[in-house]
Amino acid sequence: MAEYRINSPISDADAKMLRAGDVVFLSGTIYTARDAAHKRLMELIDAGKELPFDLKGSAIYYVGPSPAPEGRPIGSAGPTTSYRMDSYAPRLHALGSKASIGKGKRNDAVKQALKDHGAVYFGATGGAGALLSMCITAAKVVAFDELGPEAIRKLTVKDFPLLVINDSVGGDLYVKPDLKAVGLE
Amino acid sequence: MRTLHSDVIVDAVAKMCVSANRYLPEDVRRSFAEADAKEKAPAAKEIFRQLTENYELAEKSGLPLCQDTGLAVFFVEMGQDLRIEGENIREAINHGVRKGYEEGKLRKSVCDPFTRANTKDNTPAVIHFDIVPGDRLRIGFMAKGGGSENMSRVTMLAPAQGWEGIKKFVLQRVAEAGPNPCPPTVIGIGIGGSFDYAPILAKKALMRKLGDTNPDPGLDAMEKELLAEINKLGIGPMGLGGVTTSLDVKIAVSPCHIASLPLAVNVQCHSARHEEVEL
Ligand code: SF4
Repeated sequence: MAEYRINSPISDADAKMLRAGDVVFLSGTIYTARDAAHKRLMELIDAGKELPFDLKGSAIYYVGPSPAPEGRPIGSAGPTTSYRMDSYAPRLHALGSKASIGKGKRNDAVKQALKDHGAVYFGATGGAGALLSMCITAAKVVAFDELGPEAIRKLTVKDFPLLVINDSVGGDLYVKPDLKAVGLE
Repeated sequence: MRTLHSDVIVDAVAKMCVSANRYLPEDVRRSFAEADAKEKAPAAKEIFRQLTENYELAEKSGLPLCQDTGLAVFFVEMGQDLRIEGENIREAINHGVRKGYEEGKLRKSVCDPFTRANTKDNTPAVIHFDIVPGDRLRIGFMAKGGGSENMSRVTMLAPAQGWEGIKKFVLQRVAEAGPNPCPPTVIGIGIGGSFDYAPILAKKALMRKLGDTNPDPGLDAMEKELLAEINKLGIGPMGLGGVTTSLDVKIAVSPCHIASLPLAVNVQCHSARHEEVEL
């Protein structure tokens, strides 16, 4: 397990180098999108329309931040549970997105997409929204403002702390529950 | 007959919504420290370090502990000798939620189930009313996150399945949920009642303080047994492995139909935000 400082947009080489268990401090530009925004992105892709941001090398953060207080770019901003975006993620990776950031398990289709397109899935600490907010230096809504917390925001992050959960060679960091220990297997 | 003006309720509710989302309760903090002391894995210890830094930062900065500031859930016990003047009590509570979530810069996380259009003020709250003796008003508030709520389940077991069946269902649920509900979790379990009542029991059980003792010694032993079993799963903080998958188990029971054994498992994340006030 290694520790890296990486920039976003993420290069193909960086995404391919990462392995499950690596600690990554991400700096640069990332985009927020959760349930409703993903649905809208799919509609735009289906209609062949232009997307609100460039998918190439993009890192998509599954988050719906709380409102920004006076003097801060954003409120609390920790990850939401990722499986709800499983049906959308493979398509975004196929179009060039190099990473998603969330918490919790991904399905097999997403793990396969990471292998097919040399991408990674990062975990951020769920429920540490205040702490993670401190690594966000700028935030701007770039699409779907009417969705409120679910709007797409362009974030500038500095040393955003992440763990590689799933990598491009099939690695998976999450611990398998010990069913034998409790007599379930 | 005692009279209470609804404005008092509005203000008390608004205050609770904000403070519960900024100050992690003392019992939860203590539980983190105790669990951290038992962990050896660096990843698990690192999560506890971050969660501790997070609650300290939230307290200092006024940012909410978690961006998901929850669906507002209330348990209200109203003395039958109390009369509320002004707004209807349900309206007063929703009014307090609207005020607290706006003024406290909390996220509005409530939407229409079909159109998904946000109601933009975090109402309606889910409110459970109970009429009790006396002339007091007790309001318990929980900011319930969606990630852990989604991992909760209700089932109707056969009476023959008994305690072993209950344990098996809970363990399978926790194992299946894995890292999704932001472990370390608190597991609220409602046993008995009916299909609709078991989950209310489970949720109400989550209002108890972590590390307390169930007043029923039999249930207390069952809580401890189940907690030990859950923690053998090894899922650990954030699913990264460790001896703390759950911080506590809380069980509430009620008699049920002779044909049934209703069971509800309500999963609470480590951001176990709850508060109570008596008016
Ligand atoms: S499960 Fe709890 S701690 Fe995790 S993101 Fe949701 S509300 Fe926050």
